[in-house]
Amino acid sequence: MPANARPLSPHLSIYRWQIQMVTSILHRATGIALAAGTILLVVALLALASGPQAYAQVAAFCGSWFGTLLLVGWTWSLAYHLLNGIRHLWQDLGYGYLPAQFVRNGWIVSIGSVLLAGLVWACVLAQRGGA
Amino acid sequence: MNGRLRTPLKNALGLGSAHQGSHHFVVQRLTAAALVLLGLWFVWTVLKLLHLDYEGAHALVAQPCNAVLLLAFVVAAFWHAQLGLQVVIEDYVHTRGSQLVLQVAVKFICFIGAAASVLAILKIALGR
Repeated sequence: MPANARPLSPHLSIYRWQIQMVTSILHRATGIALAAGTILLVVALLALASGPQAYAQVAAFCGSWFGTLLLVGWTWSLAYHLLNGIRHLWQDLGYGYLPAQFVRNGWIVSIGSVLLAGLVWACVLAQRGGA
Repeated sequence: MNGRLRTPLKNALGLGSAHQGSHHFVVQRLTAAALVLLGLWFVWTVLKLLHLDYEGAHALVAQPCNAVLLLAFVVAAFWHAQLGLQVVIEDYVHTRGSQLVLQVAVKFICFIGAAASVLAILKIALGR
């Protein structure tokens, strides 16, 4: 509990859902997910540094259904955080603040992230099929 | 209002109420811009890694150009993650004790993660 229980302004529950909220919430959520996902990168690098046996274990985990699920999630998170991050940098330069632009860019980012993640996994599956 | 309540020194320093100025903001954007480029390169490189065996993957990461970019990527990623998580914790954790513990834990974990990655990449690049 906080030291003094001050009244808080009404939060998520009171607002009608709109793209501006969704992009902001997803940016934080995917950021947290990516921070956690970077731990797998550390593990993979340490395994690659320590030898074939450790690397095979990491590769087996990534190939399992659970590992694949995580990787698909992280791929989309990275695609989303990347595209929405570019939108944020664009706004930091002072552009895209009109409501119509905001809504348009929000949808571009959301749909683009799914397409980008899909493209990456299409490459993965194409390689797997070719190998 | 302007300048009335602030000393000229405070205006000149421009450090604001948190005494840190825009440093956090600037570094977060700087690492973000770096990660746009490095992130795309990273995904591209991982796609190349997928169909390689251990020896091939090791050799790919050991290439000087890849090793340097990978070093830049992990350092920028953990730096950016620490800055981002710091803001999330500041916004949503209102208890002093838990906030302090979480902030310190995030900084420690990010530093250890970055250090371990750097060591692994150097070992791959310099070993053998």
